[in-house]
Amino acid sequence: MIAAPAMLSSVLALAEGPLDAHAAPELRWAGLALLLPLASSVLCLLCGWLKVRSKLPAALTIAALGGAFATILRLQGTVGETPVVVNLFDWIDLTWGDGSRFHGFTANVDLYIDRLTVFWMLFVTGLGTLIALYASEYMESDVGKGYTRFFGAVSIFLFAMGCLVMGGNLVMLYLGWEGVGLASYLLIGYYFTKPEAVAAAKKAFIVNRIGDLGLALALFLIWQCYGTVEYAALWKAIEAAPASSEWTAQAIPWLLMLGAFGKSAQLPLYVWLPDAMEGPTPVSALIHAATMVTAGVYLIARMFPLFVVNPDALAAVAWVGGLTALLAATIGMAQYDMKRIWAYSTISQLGYMFLGLGVGTTFGASYHVFTHAFFKALLFLTAGAVMHGFAGQLDIRKLSGLLKVPGFRLVSVLAVLGCFWLAAFPFTAAFFSKDEILVSAFTAKDDRVHLLGWIGLLVAALTAYYTFRVCFRVFFGPVKFEPGHELHGHDDHDHAHDAHAHHGEFHPHGPRWAIRVPLVLIAIGAILAGWPSYRTMLHHDESNWVKTQVAQSSAFQGVAAESHGSLDGHAASSHASAHTEDAHADHGHLVLGMDAHTAVGRLGSLACIVGILVSLYVHLINRGTADALRRTLMGTVATRWIVVGAERKWMVDEFYDWVIRLPLRVIANILSAIDELLLDAGIVNGIGALPAAVGRVFRPLYGGVVQGYAVTMAGGVALVAAWVIWIWLRGAN
Amino acid sequence: MNPIDPQLPPGDPLVMLGLLASAILFAVGIVGFLSRRNMITMFLCTELMFQGAGLAMISYGRQHMDLSGQVFVIFILTVAAAEAALALGLVVLLYRRKETLSAEAWKELAES
Repeated sequence: MIAAPAMLSSVLALAEGPLDAHAAPELRWAGLALLLPLASSVLCLLCGWLKVRSKLPAALTIAALGGAFATILRLQGTVGETPVVVNLFDWIDLTWGDGSRFHGFTANVDLYIDRLTVFWMLFVTGLGTLIALYASEYMESDVGKGYTRFFGAVSIFLFAMGCLVMGGNLVMLYLGWEGVGLASYLLIGYYFTKPEAVAAAKKAFIVNRIGDLGLALALFLIWQCYGTVEYAALWKAIEAAPASSEWTAQAIPWLLMLGAFGKSAQLPLYVWLPDAMEGPTPVSALIHAATMVTAGVYLIARMFPLFVVNPDALAAVAWVGGLTALLAATIGMAQYDMKRIWAYSTISQLGYMFLGLGVGTTFGASYHVFTHAFFKALLFLTAGAVMHGFAGQLDIRKLSGLLKVPGFRLVSVLAVLGCFWLAAFPFTAAFFSKDEILVSAFTAKDDRVHLLGWIGLLVAALTAYYTFRVCFRVFFGPVKFEPGHELHGHDDHDHAHDAHAHHGEFHPHGPRWAIRVPLVLIAIGAILAGWPSYRTMLHHDESNWVKTQVAQSSAFQGVAAESHGSLDGHAASSHASAHTEDAHADHGHLVLGMDAHTAVGRLGSLACIVGILVSLYVHLINRGTADALRRTLMGTVATRWIVVGAERKWMVDEFYDWVIRLPLRVIANILSAIDELLLDAGIVNGIGALPAAVGRVFRPLYGGVVQGYAVTMAGGVALVAAWVIWIWLRGAN
Repeated sequence: MNPIDPQLPPGDPLVMLGLLASAILFAVGIVGFLSRRNMITMFLCTELMFQGAGLAMISYGRQHMDLSGQVFVIFILTVAAAEAALALGLVVLLYRRKETLSAEAWKELAES
């Protein structure tokens, strides 16, 4: 096989030994990427105290995030093939006994900087800056009210995400992990006077707790098995003793997986993400589509050496990802709320990423994270611009033909562009990244995951259908729209009211520059995200920028050792045009008689185009067809469940209600009854009632009448006298 | 009986009459105290009981041929005089509060 020398040497180096990290005190300025967002969140807090009533918090946040992005850009130029560890300050550094392995615990505030870190931070901080700029206009109706709180939380999010991605040990990763969860909770519940938003925030936080429990347990077990939680030392320890058969070592990938599934909204724990759309749209774009939800993918990519030694765990990751992609796509097909559809598509695309991780292509997964971050942020932000302009309207049945509405042409064009990317239209960036994942699914050594390639292709068709369902309904067709009843900011009611009252009809207001500029830049980013693959196609150049970034990190450690064939598949699959079929045929991975790459490319394109064409007919050319089809399906008992199930999200929420919430509520009620009846009423109040009861016995003696007391006294004296006389008489006898 | 303690023989008429009078005084006092509501009358009744008790002491003093009973009564009279002044002052204050001398008016200290 043909491979670029740089690529080959790095792969060989990885195959030979672990990535030896070295300390780099001269890179301490990299800490700015964490410090700036932290400083901005503190300044936002200060603004809140000083009751700043201007757009100052937004300016602070944009400046800080821009600074962080610049830091990462500079780091991108500096970081080499070997990872470096930058010690910011010592935090936890304990030893006991003789101080050898297992007799110490070190978790300093270190940055572990390799190419994967920088790659991840590039799009996190870059998109963070652009979305903060977008939010500065989007949230302007809240200036002086929640504006400061919003940007403070966004800053905290970027700080925590930086800790998560750049931290040099698992303790910092865990802190960042919880920090992004907190920021997510704060921002979903931003409109805290809305009960649904509060419920959604709690749901997100509580569902994530389940995953976080897995991550915490995994962290404990990693220390127990390998004696360290620092990445640099951990890779060495794993290499020294790769596959322990003890159950503790075997359990680690499963627990890590649970954490990743919680944060990245995968099958058992995905239910929080659709509800999280109650938050302001920039938050949905930044946290719940582009960055935070990819933390699970990052976790597994970063911890890949622990997964490689456990093929069962990898197969489980792949299957969970594939099934989540399918389930979320089927739900997305039947929803009417634009943001919810994009939320389900996010879950579905995250499913693809986990499918990629599970079949061993950390490169494909990371590439898809990268391309997805741009186009999904674009889709959410355009949805937000529409929502902003149409008084909170998101129902795709009530919006139509926005391409022709003045002020919305740019937004609509960009949204349609985003739809092509999400549908993985041939030769868009997402097409290449998805292709990478599906090829790896077909060529994986593990036979158990081959079926997932077909499922992935089916999901590709479904994705194209539901994406263009939104596209054709909302942006094409005759101009027709109704404003929403409720606005993105709950205080905007006056505004909507004015529009009705004064002009007699609703006039949507188009976005201004602070929304348009980020949209255009993100769209350019979405196009450029495919650049590595375009380069490969045009120049037959083997090196792929993203692949280099991922390959020179722990995400590739052990991949080579595990299966040489799979690595060949990796290297080959992304450069299909440069390869002859026999390169693949050697490995026996034929799909429909073609080599896997050609087959997936053709079938993927076909799936996408079929999906778009169906959508085109049903949702643009003859819009009545969709309703007719729905009526037909509803009319027959045998097919009714399809419509009802998909529209009601396959009853997963209801299922969880019955299986988890109901038993918990019953137990809680029983315990509460025991507490109230036995403990409170019986013991506590019982003891309290005792003195009162005794008092009640004697109370009649104290009637307040002086003569009453006198009678008692006289009676007592008489009794004493009688007793004395009785004694005296007895003595006399 | 203590043989050293000199005593009149039992049945001395003066002792008997004194004890009888003291018992009558005490009984009249107690019945009056329990049956009347006027605070001044009640106070007078307590004085009657007081004097009944004093007379009993004098009578027993004579029976035992001892003067300390009489000495004690002199003390009691002094204390009673002071106490009478105090008690009548209290009655005056109570009357000013409620414009009545009835003890029934003062039931607030009751438990129920």
